[in-house]
Amino acid sequence: MDALITAVGLQKYFGSFHVLQDIDFAIAKGEVVCIIGPSGSGKSTFLRCINQLERIDAGCVAVDGEIIGYHRDGRMLYPLSEREIARQRQAVGMVFQRFHLFPHKTVLQNIVEGPVGVQKRPRNDCIGEARTLLKRVGLAQKAQAYPGELSGGQQQRVAIARALAMKPKAMLFDEPTSALDPELVGEVLGVMKELAASGTTMIVVTHELGFCREVADRVLFMDAGRIVDSGTPAEILENPRNPRVKNFISAVL
Amino acid sequence: MRERASSTPFVIVPRRKTWTKILGLVVIVLLALLIRAFWVGDIAWSYVGANLFSPSVLRGVVNSIIMTFCAMVLGIVLGVIAAVMRMSDNPVLRNVSIGYVWLFRGTPALLQLLLWFNLALIFPTMGIPGLFSFRTVDVMTPFVAAFLGLGIQQGAYTAEVVRAGILSIDKGQTEAGLSIGMTPLRAMLTIVLPQAMRVIVPPIGNETIGMVKLTSLASVIQYSELLRSVEDVYYVNSRVIELLIVASIWYMVVVTVLSIGQIFVERYFSKGWGGHGPGQPARQTLTEEAA
Repeated sequence: MDALITAVGLQKYFGSFHVLQDIDFAIAKGEVVCIIGPSGSGKSTFLRCINQLERIDAGCVAVDGEIIGYHRDGRMLYPLSEREIARQRQAVGMVFQRFHLFPHKTVLQNIVEGPVGVQKRPRNDCIGEARTLLKRVGLAQKAQAYPGELSGGQQQRVAIARALAMKPKAMLFDEPTSALDPELVGEVLGVMKELAASGTTMIVVTHELGFCREVADRVLFMDAGRIVDSGTPAEILENPRNPRVKNFISAVL
Repeated sequence: MRERASSTPFVIVPRRKTWTKILGLVVIVLLALLIRAFWVGDIAWSYVGANLFSPSVLRGVVNSIIMTFCAMVLGIVLGVIAAVMRMSDNPVLRNVSIGYVWLFRGTPALLQLLLWFNLALIFPTMGIPGLFSFRTVDVMTPFVAAFLGLGIQQGAYTAEVVRAGILSIDKGQTEAGLSIGMTPLRAMLTIVLPQAMRVIVPPIGNETIGMVKLTSLASVIQYSELLRSVEDVYYVNSRVIELLIVASIWYMVVVTVLSIGQIFVERYFSKGWGGHGPGQPARQTLTEEAA
């Protein structure tokens, strides 16, 4: 199976703090990978490296065969321009913990901002697609609302639609339900399950072990900047071999 | 007070606000005395009326408005540039911006106007050698000197206002813009600045009102704005107070109109915050706190 996203020997420091230590990772097209682990273990930083919101210090990440952030010449990697990086970012959609919808734009404007403003696709086509996406996340009647008028769960579903509107090759979810009231978590996970079922390539950083069990093809456990263990949900969640994983799972449950 | 229906036998008696009433009365009497003092004082009100709409005074009003507008436009343009430079990664740009704000906030506006007006003393001619040159006195008219002096010092203040506005926007907004493929510049222009405007507009409105009055400084370098034009009248007829009252009335009129305009501008930029007026808590923040 060809890998859609690969990371090789990825290193990342915040000052002297070694956040990501020698991460090797690959995800195939259509695969759903959940990353779990204690806070501060580098899960979110890893996602942000894939989307180039963080610069990597060593190693490399490739999306669909293209090294991100750098132009390769032999052994040498030269930094790409902001414009090139912006183009590469379109290949992966990102959903943030705190939604980050644009509060001064309506739901519909939030969704078409990328395809129309950035990808320069015809406005009317994009509005049509946006309405289809809104229907898909169950918010067809909220097109003209402002984000401030929506609940957290509704905002996060719009954020998912906004990322999907770019037609990304993969979707990254950075703790998408952690900022939600408990009764709103289900509606967001529901949308994500539907996405997974439709064959979307997804990397999900989450604390929702139930979601991992149900949806993930593979679960990674990260701790202190390393991928400590990985396997099927059954292997990681039901019968963890690694003692650190075992501790974490029993603490969460 | 009407007695409200209640299931208890008690009746609540409103507090008697005796001292409130006495204090209010005293203040009203004092105000009345003040107004009377002005009324019987040696003010020939007919001169106020006669000069309020005289062509030279109106020309002064128009010139003050033109100068306010031009200086604020220059100030805002310079302010945005300085704010963005201040937040840049490039240390040269950053320090030039810091130096600009330091220099032009550090000296009085009046002094800066005099410096610009007298620039010819340092540079008798200006231009690019071999291409063109001109005599500085020909170019540095009162209007140009006031425009540069007021606009450039305004830019130094506006820079800080704009920077505060940009800083008030969550970094996540920029990241969300980047994540849908925007360049940093595009994210700044279409996502961050429009939201920052909500924070920037009230202080800029304040500064614009300040600028209306600051233009009066240009009277010392012969720019015929409002104060200068009433001065020209009272040098002839000696009705100093009457003409200063005329100027006061016009400044008040312009400031009032601007204050009303500010309400509409703020309403425009509060889009997405549920049409809340300034000072109201943004609904966005409320839901985020709840979450």
